[in-house]
Amino acid sequence: MQTNETKKAGASSFLGRMVRKQVMIPLAALLLLFLFNLIVDPSFFKIELGYNSAGNPVLSGFLITILDSGSELAILAIGMTLVTAATGGQDISVGATTAIAGSVLLRVLCGTNSRPETLQAPIIVAFLVACVVAMLFGAFNGVLVAVFKIQPMIATLILYTAGRSIAAWINNNELPVVSDETLTYFGEFIPGIPIPTPFFIAVACMIVIGLVLKFTNLRLYTQAVGINENSSKLNGLNPVFIKILSFVILGLCVAVVGLIKVARISTINYSVIAKDIEMDAILAVALGGNALSGGKFNMTASIIGAYVIQCLTTTLYKFQVRSDALPAYKAIVVIVLVIVSAPVVREKFNAFMAKRKVKEAA
Amino acid sequence: MEDNAVLQMRNIHKSFPGVKALSGVDFTLRKGEIHALMGENGAGKSTLIKVLTGVYTKDEGHIYLDGHEKEVQIRSPQEAQKLGISPVYQEITLCPNLSVAENMYIGRTPGAMQNWRKMNKDADKLLKSLDIPAKATQQLSTCSLAVQQMIAIARAVDTDCKVLILDEPTSSLDEQEVEKLFKLMRDLRARGVGIIFVTHFLDQVYEVCDRITVMRDGCLVGEYEIKDLPRVQLVSKMLGKELDDLSDIHGEYKSYEKKEGELPVFEVEGLYSNAGIKPFDFHIDKGEVNGFTGLLGSGRSECVRAIFGADHVLGGKVKKNGKPVKISKPIDAMRQGIGYLPEDRKRDGIVGDLSVRDNIILAQQVLRGFLKPYSKAEADKIADEYIKLLNIKTASADTPIKSLSGGNQQKVILARWLLTHPEYLILDEPTRGIDVGTKVDIQKLVLKLASEGMSVTFISSEMDEMLRTCSRLIVMRDRKVVGELTGSDLNQTSIMSTIAGGDK
Repeated sequence: MQTNETKKAGASSFLGRMVRKQVMIPLAALLLLFLFNLIVDPSFFKIELGYNSAGNPVLSGFLITILDSGSELAILAIGMTLVTAATGGQDISVGATTAIAGSVLLRVLCGTNSRPETLQAPIIVAFLVACVVAMLFGAFNGVLVAVFKIQPMIATLILYTAGRSIAAWINNNELPVVSDETLTYFGEFIPGIPIPTPFFIAVACMIVIGLVLKFTNLRLYTQAVGINENSSKLNGLNPVFIKILSFVILGLCVAVVGLIKVARISTINYSVIAKDIEMDAILAVALGGNALSGGKFNMTASIIGAYVIQCLTTTLYKFQVRSDALPAYKAIVVIVLVIVSAPVVREKFNAFMAKRKVKEAA
Repeated sequence: MEDNAVLQMRNIHKSFPGVKALSGVDFTLRKGEIHALMGENGAGKSTLIKVLTGVYTKDEGHIYLDGHEKEVQIRSPQEAQKLGISPVYQEITLCPNLSVAENMYIGRTPGAMQNWRKMNKDADKLLKSLDIPAKATQQLSTCSLAVQQMIAIARAVDTDCKVLILDEPTSSLDEQEVEKLFKLMRDLRARGVGIIFVTHFLDQVYEVCDRITVMRDGCLVGEYEIKDLPRVQLVSKMLGKELDDLSDIHGEYKSYEKKEGELPVFEVEGLYSNAGIKPFDFHIDKGEVNGFTGLLGSGRSECVRAIFGADHVLGGKVKKNGKPVKISKPIDAMRQGIGYLPEDRKRDGIVGDLSVRDNIILAQQVLRGFLKPYSKAEADKIADEYIKLLNIKTASADTPIKSLSGGNQQKVILARWLLTHPEYLILDEPTRGIDVGTKVDIQKLVLKLASEGMSVTFISSEMDEMLRTCSRLIVMRDRKVVGELTGSDLNQTSIMSTIAGGDK
């Protein structure tokens, strides 16, 4: 009898501990979405092996779409989490700078001709140039925020507005088309591997950020600056540098997403590419249970949050919500998710759990 | 019941987890008097005020107003306000971008409609009657600090105020402004308002007050007529017998033996910063404990901040063991082996949301550099070691530092700097707002560290604490070093007279 009771108490405290884990927030949301789909239409989970036009085996299905498109969001969420933590603000220019990065990539690949027969430069070179440019734009945002103390949203509003024009200007307003197959590998499938490449790229990014967080002081420095800038300064940190660094890292993420986006269609549409992706990336961070006012962060939760957002979008598509009505539906779900994951609600919930525990004990 | 008492507090008790903040305190305020509430930091003054204004609820005790037999319950600041108890705090809590009249009446007019003309007229009338040099329509930020303070008082007294509480109203005012404020206080006294005046400035108490209530360690020491209590006695009552009890902690630790021809660890020549201090010279020997003393705002903190590179240094030389070094930002100072525990713990010290562990290792992690983080196991070991060493009371090393008590937070910051093994440790008000037990712990620790060869600069508003720990005191007035005291000169009287200077 007694052992039974202690077991029960142990189980409930284990459950309580799990519930209090930040990662549980996006995981619970994901589970909820899966459950909904399972009940309404289990075909959501169907995965089929087929062959694409080139005759290579590819997997298809809603889950694969989520893995595919969610990966772009996950990569951006990594950078956005760091910017949020360090500055207590968000970068709303990532969609526009993705356009810039993609445009630079195409410009280097195509040279002066907008429809070249062969690539004018290796993809890796073009990608590295795009990285440098995106990081410079990130540094531009960072300087505005850290040195000139402009609100991050306002500072990044500049590139949000101007970014797509800059992207078009880089290619003289032309739409360069690349006819090289290797480039498509980055956005679609590598021959012989049925899982979309963006997922592998995202996994690589996660591993890199995981190693960086483990083997450097990035986490401690970023959190300290985000929580108390005065104190960080007196402990020898340079808050200005760390804030700029977070924007530069986000720039790098943007360049990777630019590569994926351009590789998907082998060309670019300046006004549509990565449109509204900044809002989804910010939502991913919030959905991960991270305070948008900065400070402590949980990278894993943000990344899962990104896939949850994509899962939601895909679910809505599946139910054939008209694309112009999509944002409204999304907004409703997001409101619920964000409120549930808000720290205030979590604290209340914890207090409630603690109270119940006391009652149980009594 | 006393006849003309507007406020009587009897046998007030209040505890916080681990600390008894008030035990059986009585306080009586009479009609038309200015009553000073004195005591050192942590004596319980602000707790008593907060009980009176409904910020805290008392554990035990009774409060009577206006000599009524029936006791009143004050459960919230709004209730206190309704009963005619109005506090005016040290930091001005008005809105600088609103007009004077708006500040005086904001949130106090019933209903959604506002009769602006009537409001401005009323405000002007009140300002005139209190002789406050401001216009109703003027934007508040265009008034001087003193006038803003007076407007805050006007706002407080407008609604049938019986008890006006002034909590350190003069700390950011200059002499003339203080004079104006006193005139207003005397006017209000003449109208029969009872005023509780909390301040650290002895001069001001003797200039304007009628009675003094002294508190110490959460207890009432006594209530005195101002003419019956000379300054020296007031100071000794505030400090209590503690002075004798603790004065011998010096003896517990052997002072560090200075070797022949040893140069000062740090030497400073003509250093000044953008914080407005005059160039100063300073040196500290190995194993020495010295201190900066002076009134609030005399430039004590600014001096050590300049040494640490926390403010923008404009000129001067710093030498370490005789060799010139360049310190322009905190990390430079840390690399030279300096640690700095800042004055404002909340603003400059703790990183609130981070765990105790992260707060302890922070400075050392910055010193080790970006690429050398402690592993989780190492960090845990260090945290546990220092939690034990300094007897930090925390649920675990994972607990966010902000949920610790002030004293324990301070110990964490101390641990942070001890971990960097500094040669020279600067402690700016390390004992402010923490309980007596921890205070003594910290003082003993300072002496112990010094006996092991560390140089320490200790700054405290509490003179007895400085006398107990320091072997040399640098005295400051008006942002200038005005004297240095050692040996037999180290006593209250000579410090006071040096602070006061010859021009008084």
